[in-house]
Amino acid sequence: MTRAGLLALGFIAILIGGAFAGLAVEAARDWSGAAGAFDVGMLRVARFTLLQATLSTVLSIAPAIFVARALSRHSSFPGRGMLLRLFAVPLGLPAIVAALGLLALYGRAGFVADLASAAGAGRWPGIYGLGGVLLAHVFFNLPLATRLLLAALETVPPDQWRLASQLGMRSGAVFRLIEWPTLRAAIPGVAALVFMLCVTSFTLVLTLGGGPAATTLEVAIYQSLRFDFEPARAVALTAVQIALTVAAVFALSRLGADMTGDANLPVAGRRPRAGNRGETFLNGVMIALAAAFVLAPMAAIVASGLQADLGRLATEPAVLKAAAQSLLFALIAALLSVLLSLSLAAMRQKLETARRGGRRSIVETLSGTGASLVLVVPPIVIGAGWFVLLRNTGGVFAVAPAMVVAVNAVMAMPFATRAIRPAHDAAATRNDRLCAQLGISGVARARLIDWPELRRPLATGFAFAMALSLGDLGVIALFGSDSVQTLPYLLYSRMGSYRTQDAAGLALLLGLLCLLLMWLAERLGRETP
Amino acid sequence: MRTTIPIFLATLALVSPATAADKLTVYTYESFTAEWGPGPIVEKAFEAECGCDVEFVSVADGVALLNRVRLEGASGRADVVLGLDTNLTREAADTGLFAPHGLSPTDLTVPGGWTDTTFLPFDYGYFAVVYDSEALKTPPASLKDLVEGDPEDKIVIQDPRTSTPGLGLVLWMKSVYGDKAGEAWGKLKDRVLTVTPGWSEAYGLFTKGEAPMVLSYTTSPAYHVIAEKTDRYKAAAFSEGHYMQIEVAGMTKKGAENPLSAKFLAFMIGPSFQNAIPETNWMFPAAKTSKPLNPAFDELVKPAKSLLFSPDEVAANRKAWVEEWTAAMSR
Repeated sequence: MTRAGLLALGFIAILIGGAFAGLAVEAARDWSGAAGAFDVGMLRVARFTLLQATLSTVLSIAPAIFVARALSRHSSFPGRGMLLRLFAVPLGLPAIVAALGLLALYGRAGFVADLASAAGAGRWPGIYGLGGVLLAHVFFNLPLATRLLLAALETVPPDQWRLASQLGMRSGAVFRLIEWPTLRAAIPGVAALVFMLCVTSFTLVLTLGGGPAATTLEVAIYQSLRFDFEPARAVALTAVQIALTVAAVFALSRLGADMTGDANLPVAGRRPRAGNRGETFLNGVMIALAAAFVLAPMAAIVASGLQADLGRLATEPAVLKAAAQSLLFALIAALLSVLLSLSLAAMRQKLETARRGGRRSIVETLSGTGASLVLVVPPIVIGAGWFVLLRNTGGVFAVAPAMVVAVNAVMAMPFATRAIRPAHDAAATRNDRLCAQLGISGVARARLIDWPELRRPLATGFAFAMALSLGDLGVIALFGSDSVQTLPYLLYSRMGSYRTQDAAGLALLLGLLCLLLMWLAERLGRETP
Repeated sequence: MRTTIPIFLATLALVSPATAADKLTVYTYESFTAEWGPGPIVEKAFEAECGCDVEFVSVADGVALLNRVRLEGASGRADVVLGLDTNLTREAADTGLFAPHGLSPTDLTVPGGWTDTTFLPFDYGYFAVVYDSEALKTPPASLKDLVEGDPEDKIVIQDPRTSTPGLGLVLWMKSVYGDKAGEAWGKLKDRVLTVTPGWSEAYGLFTKGEAPMVLSYTTSPAYHVIAEKTDRYKAAAFSEGHYMQIEVAGMTKKGAENPLSAKFLAFMIGPSFQNAIPETNWMFPAAKTSKPLNPAFDELVKPAKSLLFSPDEVAANRKAWVEEWTAAMSR
């Protein structure tokens, strides 16, 4: 397993290192841009980036803790499965689609504005500014964090619940003794993920931010590779972005706690646990509020999508081809992503066990949070860097699809990891010794021991990775998109040529596709009774 | 329709060498080669005329096009690069990768005439504030009106750091306000609802009704009239004149060795190419068309004056002007 883990690290290192090497080659002609990057303007941009990312993370994670807990306590109510599936859809939506959905509710011409004017409250100013940016980030990240924290809660062995109910623990005690320790182990990782997503936010920050006062480092990096093509500046700014993120992730990791796994085999089955009536009511309110917050903008997206000529769109050859290509890319990227995540998770766990509480090695750190830092390397940097490396090979055109898949796989990895690692580590702690005693290893172990326990988190990780891969295209700006015509690409392209209705229809199709994938992933991951 | 070939076939096609003599490679931007763009029509017409094969390679937009050409340097495959605008031509020429077009066209219709010996125009347009006539009864009649008008009537603009129209408005303000542009931006700031990374997002917000005005082109209403049969969206005529965007093409030094390149440039300013421009690229043709434009184009705002900085002025000042914008708008 360690070998696979090292391979995975190598793959990531080559993807990122290659991009930087490419840009460095180009920057070597003139490094002055790098020094020029450190000015007052950059300080302002860095400050805003940190501010919005920190606030977005807190506002996403804090409510997610309670929503996830409520969802874990009520493990079966009508619509729960659908809700969780819908919670994964924002991941697959292009930023502008989400922005338009949110504006249909909270914008100047939105639902709230109508309410305000009907109530005589005057003109609703919209949500442009920091508020809008935060709202949009919470819309994307609250459901993500909820699902990931819920997945962590689901790793609590059923025996502990049984014991808790045998001991007659009240919900306060259950939270303190069982749920919180589990959540505390998971929160730093999930928060780091959310933080990274918000640091690199681009379209949402510009569109809803109201003006250049709301500029993130990602915008500055993009800018440095646009009109004034200054690779040196881009490299310097990316380094700053990574440094800021490392600092934040480090700070977050101090908040966490390492969990000691339970080495016993679970004997109790899963069963619903509900508290008293008052608590059930509160939980219901939490879930309903979160559902309304996430589903309302999605309803707006559906409503505007329904106005499009869906029949024509769904039968257009260009759309069908794009959908097929999107699915193919997403499928390969997600498979690769899950493999990378699993290898890294396995290697990290091995190393952690081997050091027996000693100092963490660099490789262990890298295979843990380290690898997820790829999220804060802007796609345009990866794209431009690799373009420089490949420009003279003549293979630039053929490489575009491979680039998209590789970048999507690596970018989706932190998501897949969050879904897979807690379950993997818990299972490993439980099973490693027993397997060693019984001499079960290799394929037999994978098939008999690991697969049954991991199929659910693997499927979840796969679905996340796939949903995410349906989205991004930033990497191919220079490569050219002639061989990469995916659905989001088509959506942007229609939007860029006045065909707003088509774009809305495509957004709906994209959302449905995401939902379908989630449903399929669940079927795949369903535990065999 | 764009030919739809699976990726692996495309890969194979790259390996099989086509002889330079019967093949022309044109680098352009994506909306040009989109299925509803001019690309497919132009490709068919030129292929019929030259009995050759035209290959379009498209990147995100005009700026990405320049960066791509610049990065590929002499090893690039492009014979012709189509889709830069005059804000980029100075930097493009400075790469030393382009060859003179060698043509002396007499019937170009670009306002202000044309003297560039490296690049030739294929279309042009004017930036304009497009407004929703149902939401805004009295549109601004000048840039001054726009700057000093009621801050409650909002406009969505694009970011000059990332977008061509965004840069267009910075140049427009500069050409009207000169040294006072920073101050003017300070005033206009209150009217700006938000600044989007590109044209698509801004226009999307506008058509959703978030703001009654958006920075776009004088030709935008023509799309709504012709394709959607509505005259709800109109462009406001500004008394100071409108800033222009002229889109150009040029042949590379490598392309100069391919006789098809010069032929293509000549074809580009001929009627078969120009006829396609208005209703596919939604810009004005840069040369004569063989038939009159759709009447919807006659209804469009005719600018009192065409404003345009020379490529040299833009290249020398763009950075400082954009910084002035950023400072004024961040306050």
